[in-house]
Order: sequence, then C-alpha cells, then structure tokens
Amino acid sequence: MLDYTTKEIKERSALVVNPAKTCQPIGAMYAALGINKCLPHSHGSQGCCSYHRMHLTRHYRDPIAASTSSFTEGACVFGGKSNLSKGLQTVFSVYNPDIVAVNTTCLSETIGDDLTEIIKSTDLPEDKVVIYANTPSYTGSHVTGFSNMTKAMVSSLAEKVLETPTTTVNVIPGYVEPSDMTEIKKMLKLLDMPSIMFPDTSGVVNAPNKGKYEMYPEGGVTIDELKATGDSVATVALGSFASEAAAFELEKKFDVEPYVLKTPIGIKATDEFLMTLLSLTGDVFIPEELEVERGQLLDVMIDVHHHYHGKKVAIFGDPDIIIALTEFVIDLGMIPKYVITGTPGKRFEREINEMFKAHGLEDECIVKAEEDLMTLHQLIKNEPVDILIGNTYGKYIARAEDIPLVRVGFPILDRVGHSYFPTVGYKGALRLIEKISTAILDKYDRICPEEDFELTM
Amino acid sequence: MSKDPIILEDRKSFVLLNEKKQNNTIDCEKDSVSGAVSQRACVYCGARVVLNPVTDAVHLIHGPIGCSSYTWDIRGSLSSDEENYRNSYSTDLQEENIIFGGEKKLEAAIDEIVETLSPKVIFVYATCVVGVIGDDLVGVSKKKSKEHNIKVITVQSSGFAGNKKDGYKAACHALLSLMGEKKKSDEKDFVINYLGDFNLAGEAWIIKKYLKEIGVKTNVVMTGDSTCDQIENAGNSQYNIVQCAGSMTYLAKQMQMKYNIPFEQVSFFGVTDTANSIEKIALLSGDEAIMEKAKALIAREVDKTNAILDQFMKRLRGKKVAIYVGGGFKAISLIKQFRDIGIESVIVGTQTGKKEEYKKIRDLTDEGTIILDDTNPSELEYFIKQTGADILVGGVKERPLAYKLGLAFIDHNHERKHPLCGFVGAVNFIKEVDLTVNSPVWTFINEQGGEGYEQKELYQLERQSL
Repeated sequence: MLDYTTKEIKERSALVVNPAKTCQPIGAMYAALGINKCLPHSHGSQGCCSYHRMHLTRHYRDPIAASTSSFTEGACVFGGKSNLSKGLQTVFSVYNPDIVAVNTTCLSETIGDDLTEIIKSTDLPEDKVVIYANTPSYTGSHVTGFSNMTKAMVSSLAEKVLETPTTTVNVIPGYVEPSDMTEIKKMLKLLDMPSIMFPDTSGVVNAPNKGKYEMYPEGGVTIDELKATGDSVATVALGSFASEAAAFELEKKFDVEPYVLKTPIGIKATDEFLMTLLSLTGDVFIPEELEVERGQLLDVMIDVHHHYHGKKVAIFGDPDIIIALTEFVIDLGMIPKYVITGTPGKRFEREINEMFKAHGLEDECIVKAEEDLMTLHQLIKNEPVDILIGNTYGKYIARAEDIPLVRVGFPILDRVGHSYFPTVGYKGALRLIEKISTAILDKYDRICPEEDFELTM
Repeated sequence: MSKDPIILEDRKSFVLLNEKKQNNTIDCEKDSVSGAVSQRACVYCGARVVLNPVTDAVHLIHGPIGCSSYTWDIRGSLSSDEENYRNSYSTDLQEENIIFGGEKKLEAAIDEIVETLSPKVIFVYATCVVGVIGDDLVGVSKKKSKEHNIKVITVQSSGFAGNKKDGYKAACHALLSLMGEKKKSDEKDFVINYLGDFNLAGEAWIIKKYLKEIGVKTNVVMTGDSTCDQIENAGNSQYNIVQCAGSMTYLAKQMQMKYNIPFEQVSFFGVTDTANSIEKIALLSGDEAIMEKAKALIAREVDKTNAILDQFMKRLRGKKVAIYVGGGFKAISLIKQFRDIGIESVIVGTQTGKKEEYKKIRDLTDEGTIILDDTNPSELEYFIKQTGADILVGGVKERPLAYKLGLAFIDHNHERKHPLCGFVGAVNFIKEVDLTVNSPVWTFINEQGGEGYEQKELYQLERQSL
C-alpha cells in the first residue's frame, strides 16, 4: 500500500511523511502513570488528552485515565487559568488521586499559561500534590516529554533530609515497557540493592484483571519514595534521552551522583548496568541466578549465530532503545544497515557513528536522527535489508518490501506480549534473539525452494 | 473506585433515568466539565475522521507532529484503488515556526508534496496551535492552488474551536468547496449520493451492491472510498441519502441549497433498519421496477438473515447491553439492532448526541434505562454495575474498561474488522455479540460470584442444542 513511495530520494525540509516519533505530552502522560495513585492531567484541548489516552490504550490494552482542561476559544483568549484551577478541584473531589501530574500542550504553551502561578493560587486539599512539566508538542518528541515529566518528579518532590546519603540507588528506567521495569527491579533485587525506581509503570498499565475497574492500580513509585530520592547515594539513569535530565537535576540539587548508561538491551549493555551497580555496592560477585541467565543467553547466541550473522537489519524508533539495540545486533554479527530515529538530537547520530566506526561499518551503514519512515522506506528500496526492527508502523514497509518485522518499541498496536515480556536484561536479550531468529527462519521456510525446505534448521 | 454514585454536581443534569411518567429531559450539546475524564475528542479529530477516506487526496496536517501521528491510518476505511490517504503527512511545526509563523513551512511542504506526488487535491488541516498563531491558511492555499494548478483546500479544524462535531462541519465545508457546478444532464437512471458511510471494513461496498441490484446508481459515497473526481461531480445526483446523521446532515442541507438535491435519512444497521431503508430509497425513486426489485431483495435477504439470527438468539437470551458511542444516531440504531436480536439496552450514552436524539432514545428504551451525555469511566462503571449489563458497546478507550469489569465488548467504532451494516452486517453483528458474550474467558473472572459458572453451563447447553 505504500507503493507510492518512490525509490528516488528527494531532499525534504518542510514535509514529514510517516513520522518516527510523536509529541511530548504522551510521553509525559506515560511517565506520570508511573507514580502510584497519580492522575495525569492534560492542560489543553480535549483532543490531545483523548488521543494520548487512545494511543496508550491501544499499546497497553489497559484503561488509561487522564483528565483534561477542556480548552475552548474562551481559554485561548483569556488564558487557561480558570480551566486548570477548576479542573484540579474537580479531579480531587471526584477521582481522589494522591497526586496530579499536569502536562502542557502546544496550545497552553503558546498562549503562555504560567502553571506555577496557577497551581499556587488554586485551593487544593491539604494532603494532595500537584506537579507539572512543560511539554510543548513543537519541541523534541514523546521521549522529551517523558524526560521532562521524570525531571519534574525530582524538581517538585525530591528532598534531602539526611546528612549522609542512604545506600539506596535511584534507578530511572527510561521510556520502556512495564515488563522491562519489572525485569530491572528483579535484577536490583537479585543484587540485594536497595533502590527507588521511577517512574514505574509496572502493575499500572499491565495491571492484573481482578474483575473490577481500578482507576489507580497498585503499581507505581510512591510520593514518599520520590521525596527520598534526594537522600540516595547515586542515580543510575538508563538511556540518556529519557533519563539523564532527572539524574542531573538530582545531582544539581542534592549532589546525588549520576551514572548515565545505555538502556540495558543486549548482553553488553546489561553487563555494564550490573557492573555499575556492583561498583556502587562494592560487591564483587554477580549473583548465581544472573550468572545462569547470562550463560543461557550466551548458549543460545552460539546455538543460532549462523542464522543471523551477516544479515542486514534496519532499526527505527526511540533513541535510547535503538542505541542499545544497534550495539546488540552488531554483537550478534548483524549489519545495522539503517538506524533511524524521529527524535531530534545530533548526539544520537554521533553515538551510532562511533559504533559503526569501531566495527568498521561506517561505509556501509547509515544513521539519521529527525528522520521519517518514508526516508527509511526509500533507503530500503535502494538497498534492501533482511529484517526490520521497530514499532508497529514498520508493518507498511515490511509488507511492501516483504521483510520480516520484529516489533520493539512504542507504539505496538497490533500484537500482545510487550507489556508482559521484557526486552531488557539477559532475559530480554534472549527474547530478542528468539524473535529475530524466528522471523528470519519463518520467512525462509515460507519462500525457500522445495529442495532447501528442511525439518531441522 | 467506590461503589457510591460518583456523579459530579455539574454533571447531574447530563444523566437521566428513563421514567415514562415524568417528562424529564437531559442536558446535552454543552462543553465538558474541566477535569472530568471525558471521552470526547476535538474539532480536528472530527474533521480528520470524516475527510480521511478521500483516498486520492493528500491529507496534510499543519501543526506539531502529534496531531498527524495519532490519526495516521486509524480509520479502517477501505479503498478500491488509491491508498495515499493511509499515509501521514505533517509540517511537523517546531518552536521557531510557532514564534515566527508557520506559513513558509506550509508553503514549502506543499511544494514538496507536489514535487513527489503531484496530487489533484491537498487538504490542509489546521490544528490548535495554528489557530492561535494565526497562520493564513486560506491565503497560502489560494496561492499554492494557483501556482501548481491543483486544488489546495483549507480545513478549518483548530482543535479548541468547539468539539468533534464542529470538525464534521469543517470537513463538510472542505467537501463543498471541492464540488463543482451542476451539469445539465440527461441521466435517466435514479442516481444518488450516499452520505455518512466511511467504508469501514468495506461497509459502503455492501450498500452499493444492494442499491445496484435494485437499479439505483451511486454517484459518490462520502467519504467512504471516494475520490476527488467523484466528489467534484456530487452535485449531479437526484437524491442524497444520509446514514451518519451527526457528520453529514449539515452537508446534505448545504447541498440542498446549492444544488437543489433533497435528502433523506437512512440506517443500514440491523435487519429492520436495512429493510426499511432499502424500501425507502426505492420509494424515493418513484420507479415501479426499482420498487419491485427492492421488495424481492428484502424478502430474500430478510428470510435468509433471520434464519441465521434465530440460531444465535437462543444463546443471547436475557443479556443486557450498555451503549456508549459517539453520536446519537448511532446509539438509536444500535438500540434497535439489539432489540432485533432480543437484547435490551440498559444504558445508552453518547459523546455528542442532540436534544431530539435523546428524546428518541428515551422513547425507544424501557423504563429504568440510564441515559448519559458525555459520560466518563467512573460513571460508566457505576451504572454498569447497577444495571448488571453484560456487554458494553464503545470505542478504543472503552474496551479495556469493559474487560477489566469482566464485560463482553463490541467495537462499534473506527476499528471494527468486520462490516456491521446491511444484512450481512446483521449476521456479523450477532456473531460478534455471541463470540464475546459467550466466550469461556468470563467464567474465570466471575469465579467468585458463581455467576460465571451458571453462564458457562447455559452456554454449553445452548451449544448442544444447536
């Protein structure tokens, strides 16, 4: 159906066709859902809130509650103050959250609402909390929005009450699945490491079905935990785009030492994550269970390395995820032919180019930030790849060019499992190999000549 | 949430208990209460869903990236030929465009579209922020139309300027500006336009097939599987029939003024409505042959369909449905369609229903039915529990709510995968109701109450009897 995509690539400066990103507020909303008993509030027109809830609902297949300031012309002329004040009062009296996390939209940003002032002048119940993040849709992407709301959690709530820091480590998982957050928590637990993870959407957007609707499922980081982040000994920020802003804020305010690492996707990034944690505790040994997991991962990597080695792959999605993914596929012996993110940032290209260079791939592989899927499709038309890794939107290219698509990232609108099975850690790497390998072999079984069709592979 | 009624003071007049003796009414067609978890969307959303199935136009969203991202190919409208409408085009406005204006970027984007695709028509949709910074979309569109000798049409759809149905109106204006002059025609056949079918899962094709069989020609479907050429030619029909009243009545009225084309309301949901509508169209033609053919078609299809429905109806006895959909007209036709298959509606709500539609809903439903305007998840949950509904009909956001409550769910929105209109749709519909309400999955959720086990036993009994 995307056969309108031409092979010839023309320079485009004003037009985006089939974006590889979306806007800030949805990222902020997702982050806000990672606080226990939090109702996200969208300060703008109803449509934004509706779209964000709809998109998150499609991806997580769970009810996503969020309120809106319901802007109309009046608010645009006179400002959104009364809408927000009234909205907050309504929210607390009817939906009774512990905390409301307000995100702005392009509309409220453009008319210049001063949220600090509005929130301060609103009569709120005493024990309730309101935080906010500026998330104009015309800067950055959903990843920026996630980062801004995560930073707002720190700047509005973190405190330092103890003279010497605790042994607790703050962990910011980044814009990943709830299943990934559970996996990260599992690794922290195995290392016996006291930690505060925020935001934490596990148990919130993949809540168990108990036959009743809970507006605030059990999961999420608590307000008290967020307050205590200022007393922690260090912050481990996973993925610089989504997580380092909050980590740096904690450093700036309370001198909590930041460690910015890759999202622990793949064997190397997971090793690095665990070793960093070990360096913080002063322990030397990796727990047996993680040793076993790593060993099993390695075993499978060896078992099937001939399937994916030398295969060309196109990867697109959010920068933190695909930086780690690119490293992993290189470690698997694959060739990351095209690496594309829609999120702006020269740093992304720099980091990927360094990886290319380190492995002698700089002449054959292409990396682009602020790009769209039309360009990716055109690149593939000019020189095909064996496999595509990215979100659901990749299915148009996959169908047009008959390339298997492995779904990783946000959003995944047409498959289940992502919110329950991790991509991070050794377990996640194992799952990625299974998916990549299966996708390649499935296609081979489907298209290979009769004489090559075999029982064992 | 608590089991107590949690209806906002400001919302009490938007909730109505149907009591026949009292002639009470419901508040509607008003702005949502700020802070309520409304399920409504915006003007842009309305415009986009109505216009998007113009398959060979380029739909360019002038605004930040989100507006085009969230509406990228979510309509489920099928096309018989071109599929350009399934791509997502945006000017992806950045901060500097917001400060210095986005007109230059829009002009450049139009140039780039023309360079790569040379389409006949580009629809340029205004979004919230564009309305606030005041870009002159009409000016740019005029300029570019002239320059490239194509039609560049502005869709005035700034999100905040009303609600979803104002977006429908904006779409109607865009369609009108695409329509050309009425030609003097010597057409002898009865030619109609079919308004308010978006060809979800191929629904418009089903209706066109019925019409073809009885000898009625369809000029253009708006906007299901429609092309710019067909829309340009829309003024040359004898009649407009309108299915989705919420989005298309306005256009029908405008076309009546502009082209002197009368219009008539129809509904193709459910056996009764479908049969009545085909009969109605045949009568409009004033052509004996058409009327005869219509009668034959109806007789054949109604018998065939009812025979299938009967088999399933046994398994659905005593079930109750809660309806929460976008427009009032859809709610009305759903009430009737469920009644056709022996299921009573215990809750009926809409996002944007009108006064007269609510009156009709009140007349159609039984005493004790809860009627809701612009409701939210908490209210829905409360009334679902109170009424003991077994099925919820709604859109994307309602689905997981239903599932968490252990309720069967029917998607009657953009994302349905099977056509639900016409006779074939009536069969699909009952199959879908049966599939969800009689799924064994609910027995696991209802274990504690024991209700589930009873349902399961009933299900097995019915299955044996089939």
